[in-house]
Amino acid sequence: MAQLTENSRVVGARHSAEAARPKRRRFRADGAGKQQQAGPIAYVFLIVAALLSLFPLYWTVVAASRTDTEIVTPPTPLLPGSHLIDNLKIVWDQVDMTKALINSTIVASFVAVSTVVFATLAGFAFAKLEFRGRNALLTVVVATMTIPPQLSVIPLYQIITNLHWFDHLQSVILPSLVAAFGVFFMRQFLSEALPIELIEAARVDGAHSLRIIWHVVFPIARPAMAVLGMLVFVQSWNDFFWPFIALDQQNPTVQVALAGLGSGNHTVDHAIVVTGCLVATLPLLLVFAVLGKQIVGGITAGAVKS
Amino acid sequence: MATSVRAADGSPPPARSAPSAPAPDGRRSAGWRSRLYRFDTKASPYAFISPFFLVFAAFGLFPLIYTGWLSLHQVELGAPAHWVGFRNYTRLWDSSFFWTALRNTFTLGVISTVPQLLMALGLAHLLNFKMRARGFFRVAILAPYATSIAAASLVFVQLFNPDYGMINQFLGHLGVHGIQWETSKWPAQIAISAIVTWRWTGYNALIYLAAMQAVPADLYEAAALDGASRWRQFISVTIPSIRPTIFFTIIVSTIGATQLFGEPMLYGGGVGISGGSAHQYQTLSLYMYEKGWQTGELGQASAVAWVMLGILLLIGTVQLFVLRINRRTAGG
Repeated sequence: MAQLTENSRVVGARHSAEAARPKRRRFRADGAGKQQQAGPIAYVFLIVAALLSLFPLYWTVVAASRTDTEIVTPPTPLLPGSHLIDNLKIVWDQVDMTKALINSTIVASFVAVSTVVFATLAGFAFAKLEFRGRNALLTVVVATMTIPPQLSVIPLYQIITNLHWFDHLQSVILPSLVAAFGVFFMRQFLSEALPIELIEAARVDGAHSLRIIWHVVFPIARPAMAVLGMLVFVQSWNDFFWPFIALDQQNPTVQVALAGLGSGNHTVDHAIVVTGCLVATLPLLLVFAVLGKQIVGGITAGAVKS
Repeated sequence: MATSVRAADGSPPPARSAPSAPAPDGRRSAGWRSRLYRFDTKASPYAFISPFFLVFAAFGLFPLIYTGWLSLHQVELGAPAHWVGFRNYTRLWDSSFFWTALRNTFTLGVISTVPQLLMALGLAHLLNFKMRARGFFRVAILAPYATSIAAASLVFVQLFNPDYGMINQFLGHLGVHGIQWETSKWPAQIAISAIVTWRWTGYNALIYLAAMQAVPADLYEAAALDGASRWRQFISVTIPSIRPTIFFTIIVSTIGATQLFGEPMLYGGGVGISGGSAHQYQTLSLYMYEKGWQTGELGQASAVAWVMLGILLLIGTVQLFVLRINRRTAGG
C-alpha cells in the first residue's frame, strides 16, 4: 500500500476508480426518484418469495436438531429440537467431515485465487491491449462456456487414474485453475473502469507490462477481483459433478462427503443427512450474511454488460 | 460512454501530461530498450491470455476430442480400444433407455427453466419498485444460491417424501393426498425441477433487476404520458429493453438444464443413477455416468457425451437464429 501511494500514477488510478463508483450511485439515485412505489400486492408476492427461499434453509436447521424418528413422524416438527450436538457427532463418525471441510477450503481457495489472477491478466489483455486475433480469441473464450463438463470427464478420469491422482486434490484443482466466465467478467469490468491513458502514461514512463499489471491494473481491478473471488469460491465449494467422480470417501470435499452420507453403507438416518447439509452450507451462509450486499452487487454488475 | 460520464463527474484527468516522444530516459540504450519494449508489447498480451488457453487445451479441448475418438471405439477400462465406427451411436439409436433419457432431459429442462425465468422476471419487476426492506428481499431470494446441489437435493428429498414429507402434509390440508413424488414420473420430474428452480430463481431475478435498473427513466415517463398502464409499460418498455439479458439467461439456463446430473442423482438416493427404478427421471448425464462407471462401457458413454454436445450446438444455433430475427423485427 505505502509503495503504491508514492506513485503518482496510482494516485491517479485511485481517483478514476472512485470516479467510477459515484457514477453508478448517482445513476441509481436518479432512477429511484422517478420510481414507482411498491403497492401491497408487490409486498405480498415478495414476502411469499422470501419465505419460499428461506424456509428450506430454516427447516434444515430444524431437522438437523431432531432425531430421525421425529422427522419421519407427521406432523413434521417446525421448531428446532435438542439433538444438534448428537447429530453432529454422528456425522463426524460416519464421514471424515473435518478433512472434507479442510479439503473444500483448500480447493475453493486455490481455485478462487488462481482464477482471479489469471482472469484479471487475460481480461486486461482482452480489454486494453492490441494484438492480432484478439476478437477471434475472445469469441473462443466465450464459446467454451457452452461446452458441458460431461464431454471431458471420461478422458480426464483416465488421465487422473494414469497419473495416480485419483482421490488427490490436484485432480479437482487443476482443471478449474481458470474459467472462461472469469476472463469475460474481468474483461467487461476493465474495459470500462481502466482508462487507456493510464496505461499509456505508464508505458511512457518506461514501465514494462508486469509493472503495469501490478501498479495500475490490480489496484483498479481490486473491487471486481474481490467479487469474482467470492463467486468462484462459492461455485467451487458447491461443485459436485467432477469431484464426485475424481474423489472418494477417503479424501472427499464437503459435497462428496454429503453424497456419502446420503447413500453408502449406513442405513440412511435422515436427521444425519440433513445435519451434513447444514455443515456443508453454513460456511457459505455466513459469508452471505456478512457480504450479501457485495455479492448481490457483484452478480448484478457482471450481468448487465453481457 | 464511460469516459464521457467520468469527464462529466469532473474528476481530474488521470494521466499526467504525457509527452508523445520516446521515453525520456537513456538515449544511449534506446536501441535495445525499444526492441525490448516492442517485444514486451507484442508478446505480453499472449502471455496474459495463455493460462486460460493452456488450461482449456489440457482439460477442455483435448478431452473433448479424445471423447470423440473414444465414441468410435469399443473401450472398457483397462482393455485396449478397438474401432467400431459409428456402432456406439447406432446402438444408442436402438436403445429405449437413451430415448427415455433424451425425453427426460428435455421435459426436465423445460419445466425447470421456463417457470424459473418467468418467476425471476416477475420478482425483478417487483424488486424494482421503491420499497422498504429492499436489501433484505434481495439477499433473501439469493440465499438458495449459497446452497450446493448436494445439500439442496438431500433436503428437498425430505420435504418431498410421500409418506412424511412436509409438502404432502401441506397438500393434504388442501385435500390432495398421497402424491408419489419419486415413483411416478411427472411428480418426480416436478420435484427435481423444484430443486433447480429454488436454487436459481433469485440469482436470475437479480440479473434481470440489474438490467431493469439500466433502463432510462425517460422511456417510462414517455410511456406514462402516452397513458400506458404499469402492465403495459412492463410489456412494451421493460421487456424489450432487457431483451439481451433475457437471451443471456435463457442460454445459460439451457446449458445448465442439458447437463442436469446432481439433482436427479441425489434425489433418487439408491436408484438415483438409473433415474428411478423405471428410469422415470434419468437424464442424459446420468445415462452417460451409468454407461461409463456402472457398466464400464466407455465408448457408449462417450457417444452419449457427443450427442449432448450436438444437442447443445443445435439449441445454440436455433437460439442465435431467433435472436437475429428478433433483433431485426425490433429494428435494432
